[in-house]
Amino acid sequence: MSIPVRKFDAVIVGAGGAGLRSAIQLSEAGLKTAVLSKVFPTRSHTVAAQGGVSASLGNTEEDHWIWHMYDTVKGSDWLGDQDAIEFMCRQAPEVVVELEHYGMPFDRTDNGKIYQRPFGGHMSNFGEKPVHRACAAADRTGHAMLHALYQRNVRANTQFFVEWMALDLIRDESGQILGVSALELETGEVVIFHAKAVVFATGGAGRIFHSSTNAFINTGDGLGMAARAGIPLEDMEFWQFHPTGVAGAGVLITEGVRGEGGILRNDKGERFMERYAPNAKDLASRDVVSRAMVTEINEGRGCGKNKDHVLLDITHLPTETIMKRLPGIREISIQFAGVDPIKAPIPVVPTCHYQMGGIPTNYKGQAVDENGALIHGFYAAGECACASVHGANRLGTNSLLDLLVFGKSSGESVIDDLKKMPKAHKELPKGAIDRTLARLDRLDNQKDGADVHEARLALQRVMQNHCGVFRFKDKLAEGVRMILDVEKQVQSTGIKDKSRVWNTARMEALELDNLIEVAKATMVCADARKESRGAHVRDDAPDTPEFPNGRNDKDWLKHSLWFRDGNRVQYKPVTLKPLSVESIALKTRSY
Amino acid sequence: MTTPRTLQFRIYRYDPDKDAAPYMQDISVEIDDHDHKLLDALVKLKAKDDSIAFRRSCREGICGSDAMNINGRNGLACLTDISDLKTPITLRPLPGLPVIRDLIVDMTQFFKQYHSIKPYLVNNDPPPERERLQSPEDREELNGLYECILCACCSTSCPSFWWNPDKFVGPAGLLNAYRFIADTRDQATSERLDNLEDPYRLFRCHTIMNCVDVCPKGLNPTLAIGKIKEMMTRRFV
Repeated sequence: MSIPVRKFDAVIVGAGGAGLRSAIQLSEAGLKTAVLSKVFPTRSHTVAAQGGVSASLGNTEEDHWIWHMYDTVKGSDWLGDQDAIEFMCRQAPEVVVELEHYGMPFDRTDNGKIYQRPFGGHMSNFGEKPVHRACAAADRTGHAMLHALYQRNVRANTQFFVEWMALDLIRDESGQILGVSALELETGEVVIFHAKAVVFATGGAGRIFHSSTNAFINTGDGLGMAARAGIPLEDMEFWQFHPTGVAGAGVLITEGVRGEGGILRNDKGERFMERYAPNAKDLASRDVVSRAMVTEINEGRGCGKNKDHVLLDITHLPTETIMKRLPGIREISIQFAGVDPIKAPIPVVPTCHYQMGGIPTNYKGQAVDENGALIHGFYAAGECACASVHGANRLGTNSLLDLLVFGKSSGESVIDDLKKMPKAHKELPKGAIDRTLARLDRLDNQKDGADVHEARLALQRVMQNHCGVFRFKDKLAEGVRMILDVEKQVQSTGIKDKSRVWNTARMEALELDNLIEVAKATMVCADARKESRGAHVRDDAPDTPEFPNGRNDKDWLKHSLWFRDGNRVQYKPVTLKPLSVESIALKTRSY
Repeated sequence: MTTPRTLQFRIYRYDPDKDAAPYMQDISVEIDDHDHKLLDALVKLKAKDDSIAFRRSCREGICGSDAMNINGRNGLACLTDISDLKTPITLRPLPGLPVIRDLIVDMTQFFKQYHSIKPYLVNNDPPPERERLQSPEDREELNGLYECILCACCSTSCPSFWWNPDKFVGPAGLLNAYRFIADTRDQATSERLDNLEDPYRLFRCHTIMNCVDVCPKGLNPTLAIGKIKEMMTRRFV
């Protein structure tokens, strides 16, 4: 069977914010670039981001990148790499201004500058008081950004392969990445994209949890492909539970609501965050707020018939503010909670939102192996990558910033690296596409296969029940066993639909191959990390004088690296040294 | 806790790999109290019959994937309440575009029209070091325009687009054309108007207003088209 091969200088997989930003760099530099996406670019999940993108523009009051850096390091619970964090925070004003030049319709201040709002964990003067740092287009920042980036790519004549699903990385014996295999959904055709550089911008895998703010497409495809190619995944135990998903529906309600003055209340109407974070209150970091909410609910102060959620109250805000700054939230609230927030508070509950871990990279977007050596030809940016700027907990609005900064830096790295590479493509290894064909054949020929929908549900339930906001030693150990059982189902899934044309059953089965890798990495790393840090908090690592907040820097100030082969974890040190400034010294985190 | 009930569907089915012609399939699915939106029911239906093909992603009305014709009216499955629908719920692909399979249409022509209006900011001044300034009032002009999600509900409900999908830009494209005309940072108004000055591209809009009626984001393409027409008229006087 002969598989068509298409040659490009660079292939970008994923056309969300990171992929599109990277593509601008490559297309404008004149490289022959293919951008592959499972969905039309503007349908990527960046579109659902709401609150803002952070940059220390100081349009409302004084702000500095170093304060932004401090907040990010503190937010990460010191697990973030300080070189990458410095790079990101210093780049922020430049990439946000570029985006404005691309046409992004930011809201404006009275003097015509980009409008900025307060957000969780954004403080001035090293944690002193809240600062306006989140640059916003109403509560549709992600939508406005994704469309602006797509539009800039239209201008740059970027070549898109829309509704193509990448299936596997092609890697030769030396470890170099030489391309990807991909499936065109419309025709069912499999093609090899042979490239000198492959940039992964495939987004997160929030669909490993049953209750998630994430889109159906967020199945960790890049992580699955990387894991199958022998590349480790970093810090996968760290998942952000966003405090305010609509109870029941899971749809996101931006932190910008609290930035504009929204307040969380329990069944007594009490502003309970005052007890958990006396200084920042409702604008503490997301992990802190989510834990406070779950504690309120667990201690019987939840709201509603089943006392299973809390309330997000903006009824005290002027209607004009809601209509102008939070119109999308009002729509979502009416649609998915049946509540007009002008008149009544919104029922909310912490919901899986963001994957802090991912494919290990340096701050230039180049993928690195367990020894820190470059994986030649391979780059990653955005949620699928781990630079690591978010560490154990991401600050709100740093995700959109991450897309811009590392989308751009990965593109620049490709341009630089290609100059040093031979003109001709390195030859594809024998059997380059064997793994892909084996997966497809297995699926088509599986007899009495496990149901894809059922297997996915089983996976999501294990993750939800064993690896949530609070984690328990026994539950984690049990979760590891259970997820390996689910893996057996995943390995024997079957589909009834065998059509070549737009076969969504096949697509979902192939996505499940990726979800299971992410789920295993998450469970195993969470079980292995015997401390509490950021979003990873376990019952056997409580707050003690020796280990405040349960964090143990002596033994656990290190990144996890999970390998698919042998389902094993090893560790690498955290980079505490920034590029040009003094290290932000370790400190107990409080808000 | 929850009361299961059966929901009846009539769905347009066509798989070119095996069907000689499209047909309507009667099928039902059990749903419960947690299933509020049409998309919730469709996901359950797909668990029952994995061959039903439709696009979906964000499930909150912002990505624009799951546009379809629902009981004769274009809309997003994820924003449509099951309780508002008469049964059997009749689902067809968006009208006026070639069907690839089941509820999935070929959107090439729709995007071609979107691309034809040059949907990007044109400003040939050297970029300043900081943001270009824009007053809040000028920025307000973009409200009701920039929020388009390119779902194609509007263009595929427009008879003018059905007859001339290759020549008439359609409501989505024109709304986006006006989004850039209205942007004080954009310098290409004249070229944008030239680009639309044609018996078909703009003037095939006969203000039928189906687009306004179906837009799931509550936008008003007819109003935007009216403003472009007005600018076009003013050019000649």
